[in-house]
Amino acid sequence: MTSDVKRKELETRQGPNGVRLPIYMDNHATTPVDTRVVDEMLPYLTDRFGNAASRNHQFGWVAEEAVEIARERIAKLIGATAKEIIFTSGATESDNLAIKGVAEMYREKGKHIITAATEHKAVLDTCKRLEKYGYRVTYLPVQKDGLINLDDLKRALDEQTILVTIMAANNEIGVLQPIAEIGKICRERGVIFHSDATQAVGKVPVDVNQQSIDILSISAHKMYGPKGVGALYVRRKNPRVQLAPILDGGGHERGMRSGTLNIPGIVGLGKACAIASEEMLKESCRLAGLRNRLKDKIMGRLDEVYLNGSMEHRLPGNLNISFAYVEGESLLMGINDVAVSSGSACTSATLEPSYVLKALGTGDDLAHSSIRFGIGRFNTEAEIDYVADRVCETVERLRELSPLYEMAKEGVDLKSVKWAAE
Amino acid sequence: MAYSDKVLDHYSNPRNVGALDKNSADVGTGLVGAPECGDVMKLQIKVNKNTNVIEDAKFKTFGCGSAIASSSLATEWVKGKTVDEALSIKNTEIVKELSLPPVKIHCSVLAEDAIRAAIHDWKKKQGTAEQKVAAGAEASR
Repeated sequence: MTSDVKRKELETRQGPNGVRLPIYMDNHATTPVDTRVVDEMLPYLTDRFGNAASRNHQFGWVAEEAVEIARERIAKLIGATAKEIIFTSGATESDNLAIKGVAEMYREKGKHIITAATEHKAVLDTCKRLEKYGYRVTYLPVQKDGLINLDDLKRALDEQTILVTIMAANNEIGVLQPIAEIGKICRERGVIFHSDATQAVGKVPVDVNQQSIDILSISAHKMYGPKGVGALYVRRKNPRVQLAPILDGGGHERGMRSGTLNIPGIVGLGKACAIASEEMLKESCRLAGLRNRLKDKIMGRLDEVYLNGSMEHRLPGNLNISFAYVEGESLLMGINDVAVSSGSACTSATLEPSYVLKALGTGDDLAHSSIRFGIGRFNTEAEIDYVADRVCETVERLRELSPLYEMAKEGVDLKSVKWAAE
Repeated sequence: MAYSDKVLDHYSNPRNVGALDKNSADVGTGLVGAPECGDVMKLQIKVNKNTNVIEDAKFKTFGCGSAIASSSLATEWVKGKTVDEALSIKNTEIVKELSLPPVKIHCSVLAEDAIRAAIHDWKKKQGTAEQKVAAGAEASR
């Protein structure tokens, strides 16, 4: 790498049982780019550099063809048609376009939007902005298992509702919402249904017709594609959905999203979807097996360990556990050769604990003690075993250091203690 | 965020982890923080009542690496100091020693609070002890 800038070294080393350290097990944050995806993208960064909007020469035609192939591949994965796929810079932009696009286009019809408390910030912050512009937003609570209550949704819908936006799979706790039922309710009430499917596409089956989804957000880098590119599915029939664009200039993507297309990225996203179409079913079985193995090893060895979110309605590769009496960041520090993340306030830039865990009714102390494991395509059984051991030994060590564990062992009811900081 | 070497050292090799007998008249126990905040520190000191020198100190902490390091460092620093000298330990000194970033400064504040709370608890016990002596003197008059 030629450079006049000093960069950090990526330090890797050999661990026991052929395990390569550090282990990456944070696949909800991002995923490694599959080498097959890289290979597919490379020509579009070298010889095939044309702009897909250049209609008059072969540099453009070659690029345009690559984009259309990608569109088909994405559509196939979610049961849509290619014309219904538009490209964006990622799921955050897709969510913004979906929500703001509907809000503006249908504002004469109504100004009420329904979403859920556990949505990604890309959805929640967009809704907050719309509230400033005079829209009314209902944030549906979730039950202890992380799922919304369908009766709450039915009660919240009214004549002013123009959009329901509920994510297919949660990025922190991996919980799968009842999308088909939500879609059915929205269809019956004539309300547009958007789902942020960033964590679901390529991991669990998603079908926009079977699940009555009208708009859907996709992100490449959550499914072994590159960062900086995503897609938005926008239904054309039964009903036809129209969106006001949020980017002006040039009218690309049927007027919905101006800007020169990120061809290498789009090619990558397309290839990632093609791989998922082929391999998803087998892969999800394998990941669920690994996840269950990790859960059983940890919960078999340690006591006072709590699972966050429904086990039944969950992404196959996700595990989110709270380890009582041990704080999350100190746990991450102890397993510094494993990359995972935590719902602890200490790990967030704003010092706020996870709002998703809070929405489940998890106490702040257990939110601070949570770890999220995101198992993915490139994780192995040997890595699972190594991680389980490291987590357990670190928790045991930190419990020896913990005044809360000491008090609990003495029989003190921690909930009855008057803490100095309260 | 990369941790400073000193924080990593205290985390991997914490000094003075454990407990002293909280019922002993020589021991002061400080318990600060709250589980909801993600930080709880228990710091104990054993003080020689003749010299007021802190002869031993132990800690236990529920919190991040910086919190563990701050309280571990606190026990190192109070040992060998008199109670009044220990009261002059400032959180800014902990920040400097451990190279804590701004977002972790509150960990050092909590460690300073823990020292003060332990000393306060010990002083309260000495107050009680003194009252008992006075009462005894009264009774014997």
